Parts: sequence; C-alpha cells; structure tokens
Amino acid sequence: MTIRSLMTTAAACAMLATPALADINIGASLAETGPAAFLGDPEAKTLRMEVEKINAAGGINGEKINLIIYDDGGDANKAKTFATRLVEDDEVVAVIGGTTTGPTMAMIPVFEDAEIPFISLAGAVEIVEPVNPWVFKTPHTDRMACEKIFADMKARGFTKIGMISGSDGFGKSMQGQCKGVAEASGVEIVADEVYGPQDADMTPQLTNIKGSGAEAILNSGMGQGPAVVTRNHTQLAIEAPLYESHGVASKQYIELSGAEAAEGVRLPAAALLVADQLADDNPQKPVVQGYRDAYEAETGEDVSTFGGHAYDALYILKAAIEKAGSTDPAAIRDAIEQTQGFVGTAGEVNYSPEDHLGLTLDAFEMLEIKNGEWTIVQ
Amino acid sequence: MSELLQFLFSGLTVGAVYALVALGFTIIYNASDVVNFAQGEFVMLGGMLTVFTYAAGLPLPLAALIAVLVTAGVGVALNKLAIEPARGAPVVSLIIITIGASIFLRGGAQVLFGKQIHRFPSFSGDTPFRIGGATILPQSLWVFAGGIAIFIGLYLFFTRTLTGKAVLATSNNRLAAQLVGINTNWVMTLSFALSAGIGALAGVLITPITNTSYDVGIALALKGFAAAMLGGMGNPKGALAGGLLLGVIEAMTAGYLSSQYKDAAAFIVILLVLFIMPQGLFGAKQTERV
Repeated sequence: MTIRSLMTTAAACAMLATPALADINIGASLAETGPAAFLGDPEAKTLRMEVEKINAAGGINGEKINLIIYDDGGDANKAKTFATRLVEDDEVVAVIGGTTTGPTMAMIPVFEDAEIPFISLAGAVEIVEPVNPWVFKTPHTDRMACEKIFADMKARGFTKIGMISGSDGFGKSMQGQCKGVAEASGVEIVADEVYGPQDADMTPQLTNIKGSGAEAILNSGMGQGPAVVTRNHTQLAIEAPLYESHGVASKQYIELSGAEAAEGVRLPAAALLVADQLADDNPQKPVVQGYRDAYEAETGEDVSTFGGHAYDALYILKAAIEKAGSTDPAAIRDAIEQTQGFVGTAGEVNYSPEDHLGLTLDAFEMLEIKNGEWTIVQ
Repeated sequence: MSELLQFLFSGLTVGAVYALVALGFTIIYNASDVVNFAQGEFVMLGGMLTVFTYAAGLPLPLAALIAVLVTAGVGVALNKLAIEPARGAPVVSLIIITIGASIFLRGGAQVLFGKQIHRFPSFSGDTPFRIGGATILPQSLWVFAGGIAIFIGLYLFFTRTLTGKAVLATSNNRLAAQLVGINTNWVMTLSFALSAGIGALAGVLITPITNTSYDVGIALALKGFAAAMLGGMGNPKGALAGGLLLGVIEAMTAGYLSSQYKDAAAFIVILLVLFIMPQGLFGAKQTERV
C-alpha cells in the first residue's frame, strides 16, 4: 500500500493514476520549480514526507490520504488550470497550496465556486482579508513582520526609520505593508530606497539612508539581496542597526553575508529556526523539534520555515477531517474554521469566522545574530 | 564629496562586473557574428563550480582553475554539439540555439547543484579600503584588475597574434578565410573555449560580491549584453568602457535621483547612445558591400 501511494505521489506531476474510491483525495499546487522553487520545494517535500507518515500510521479515520501535487512553477495561469483539474478530474476534498500570492489569488475563485476548502501557503494579507469562507492560510503576513520589527525598534528608542527594499514581489509587498503600518506603530520612515533583486552593490542607497538621519534600517527582501545589503552596511560602517525581514530566515543568509557582517542584525522569525533555544515549557518546542529532525533526516537539507507552513496546513486539515468525521468538503471547511489552540511550526493557530489567519504577533520571535548564530531577544 | 566618491566606487564595482561579462561576448561575436546568450550561464558555471570544488576542500586558486577549464570544455561541447551541426544556418538561428543552450545549462545546473544561493570568501578579506570618506572592498579591485587583464589579453590577441587575426578573418568572410588556409572549424571551437573560459573567470571573480545560484546568468547576461552594445559589440575596449559607464550611470541615478529609476535611467542612456551611434561608442563602422 505504501509503495502504491509513493508511486502515485511520484507520478502526480505527469499523469495520475485513478485514485481508489476509499482514499481521501487532497490536492496541492506548489511552485516546485521556477523562481519560487526555494519555497515550493521544501513545501512539496514536507507534504510527501508527512502524508507517507500519516498513511503508515493508518491514515485519517482509517482512510488513506491520496496526495496529488501539481507543479505550477509559481505561474498564476498554470495554477488556475491545475485548480480546475484538481476539482473536476481529481475530485479532491481539500487543497493546500499556492506557494506565492499570485497563484493563490488565481486559484481562489475556482475553489470558491466548487466549494472546496483551500489552505494557502502564501504570505500576503489580501488572501484572508476580506475573509473568504473557503480560504485559510498558515504563514505569517508581511504586516505582522512590520509590526513586530517596528515594535522592537521603538522599544530600543528608534523612531526614524530608513527603508531599503527589493523590487521583487516579496520586497515590494512588505515595503507597502510597512509604510502602511508605520504611523500606527509610532515610527517615521525618513528614507525609502529600492534595489533590484540581483544587484551587486547597494552602497548608494545605504549612503543616502545614512545621510537621512535614520536611526535604524529595515531591509525588506529575500534571496541574495539582503546578504549584499548586510555586507554593504558593514562596509560603510553605518551605526544605525540593521533589521532584516522574515524572508531571510535561513542559515544561508548568515553564510552569504558572513558572520562578521551579520553580527547584531535582528529579524522576526518563526520558532522553527531556534527550536533548541525555546523554553522547555513552550508548547511549540516538541512540534518544531520533531518536524525539523524529521525533515533534515529525510532530505539532508536545512529546515526552512516554508516547509513548516505546509506542515501546519496538512495537520490543520488532518485534525479537521478527523473532527468532521467525514470527507464532505463543507463539513471539513466548518471544522477547519473551528480550529482552536492548534500548535504548529508558525505558532498557535486559532481560526474563527472573522479570522482565517489565526496567528498573533506572539508567533514571531525576534532574533539577533550573535557569532553567526540566531539568539532570541528577550 | 565623500558621497560622490562612494557612488563612484559603487558604480565602478558594479560596472567592472558588467564589463567582465561583456568581455566574454567579444570573441564568439568576432568569430561568427553570433551573440552568445549562454554567456551568462558560463559566468554562473564558473562561480558554481568554484563553490563546489572549494567546498570539497580544494584550495581556491585550484578550484578556480578547474572551474575555468571545465567551463571552457562546456563551451567546446556547446559548439560541437549544437552550433557546428547547424553550420550554414543564418546567424539568427544560431543565436536562438544559444538561447536554448542557456536554458539547458540553467536546468542542468539546477538539477546538479540545487536551487540554493552560494558564495565563497573574498580573495583578500572583507576589510574595506577607506579613501576620502568613501569605502571600496578589496574584491572590487580584484574584479577591476581581472577586467583590465582580460581586456589587455584580448586586445593583444586580436591585434598581435596570427590566431586572433584568423578569428577576425573568419568573421569577415568564412569562405575567404578557408581559402587562405584558416581552419574555420578550429577557430570556432577555440572562440567558444575562450569565451566560456573568460565567462567562468568572470564568475570566479564576481561571486564573492554578487553571490551565485543556478539562475544568476539571465540578469548578468542581460546587463553584460547591454554594456557590450553600449560600448560597441565585438570591441574589447567597448566592453570595458560600456560596462563601467553602465555601472556608474546606475550608481549615480540611485544616489542622486532615485533608486526606483536606476535601471530605467541606464537603459534610456543606452537607447540614446544607440540612436545617435548605432555601432555603440567604440564599434567599427560597418560597410555592407553589395
């Protein structure tokens, strides 16, 4: 049975075996390749690994999960086609995915029409605001990251902020959200610079920020840009401390920047990164340690928060199907919405009819890099 | 004043990166009129191969040498397997073949090396030099020196060596070149090997500044191509000047106007230059004989 489900999973991208009737069909459309592959790849690996584990332990309510993953490459048009195929051909009861915001927004109308619950793994706040009854999401939003960072800056007495943002989707989105919440957070943005995600040098932008009287600098971006910003920040010997976004929350960032340049940089991140440093009474500790160890053993790669989002989505769904006691999509949706006190890798999730994000600012830990390691700021 | 200097240093750093990539376009273009759009992938291969051989424990110079040689081999293979069989096809078809090759190399690198971003340490540390209140990293000077060394090498190659002249002759008229005894197939193979090697060397020099991943080639090739067009395609002097100019324009725009319009300003300048001087700043005037 495991071999069959493994093969189905492996063949999912190409052609689909007709699923057995008793299986629970769960669909996913993820960016396993393309520019967002570094997000979609750990998500897909996580789903395959965890579904296999659930099936080996007897499935949900005695029924095996039949996981159907399509690779949309981060392309919204492809994602919409796959969404239709998941609904019409594969007859799924719930869908996980949409690695990034574009594909997620393209798929929402399909699942809304078909009345299939949909848990997105993308960041933007638009996915759950306004609340769509069929749509949920597991990752933190950009806005929460902004609020967390601004709160920390204010606590340290910095109110004049210089922003430097990547011109890619992630950087732009966070730049917009941060500017939106700056006033409410009691900080003033005195410089607003951008850079191309592949740029080799950001010293002109940082020189201007330095000249603007900024007391702290916020870099919203992901990928290699933040590493260049961090090195340039050190090169120019800027005194205003540097804050990065949750988009760089992986060990790779410290390696690319160099431990010396990254010293003292702060960023908000999920507890997953600092699993071993969490207090022993923290209910998240066993969850994140367990997932991290399993993922690293299975793939040989460092764990990332992105795979964690997929982990959360799958287990929220599993709990909901168990609670609903049926595989009727409407019943599953109702059960997902009633999720309370679910402890996942992103934090404690409490969904309600008004809140399909379910996370609070407490879900973020503020980290500081010391000697090339993450440490939790108390 | 120190601001201006900092913008200038930034522009020269970035410009030297563009110039290095632009120099790689020169040889293949001179030999065959083909703009090799897989040039960015050669740069990527140079960086990636160095990352992995260095991580395997080899000293950096040896790792770099291996990367350059392997990439030159990839260049030869590209010529033998994809360009030579299409002999006689129009230049446009050959250019499209190089685009296909670039997608293939990118895909291969993604499978072989993974999707992560990598870097190896700078050659002479990360302590910046301070000049007049502005700073520049030692690695920028390496890139700069590399660009000038390759430029001088190419200049001597094309003007002082028989082989270099054979390359130019092949480009001018393949049939006539064959008639005077030039082995044009060998010239093409050599030009791909050299271009790939130069690309790889560029990759080795710039990776400590730009980082590298399987997909860095696209953006690098685009900027390098723009720099080569600005300076005059096929002319090493043009590649160097075009790259540096492009970098400085970008840095000055980011510094004094707005970082939003950095790329736009650079491309507007390129358009203007090409509008007035279609051959680029240093391009030779072409006369088509009918």
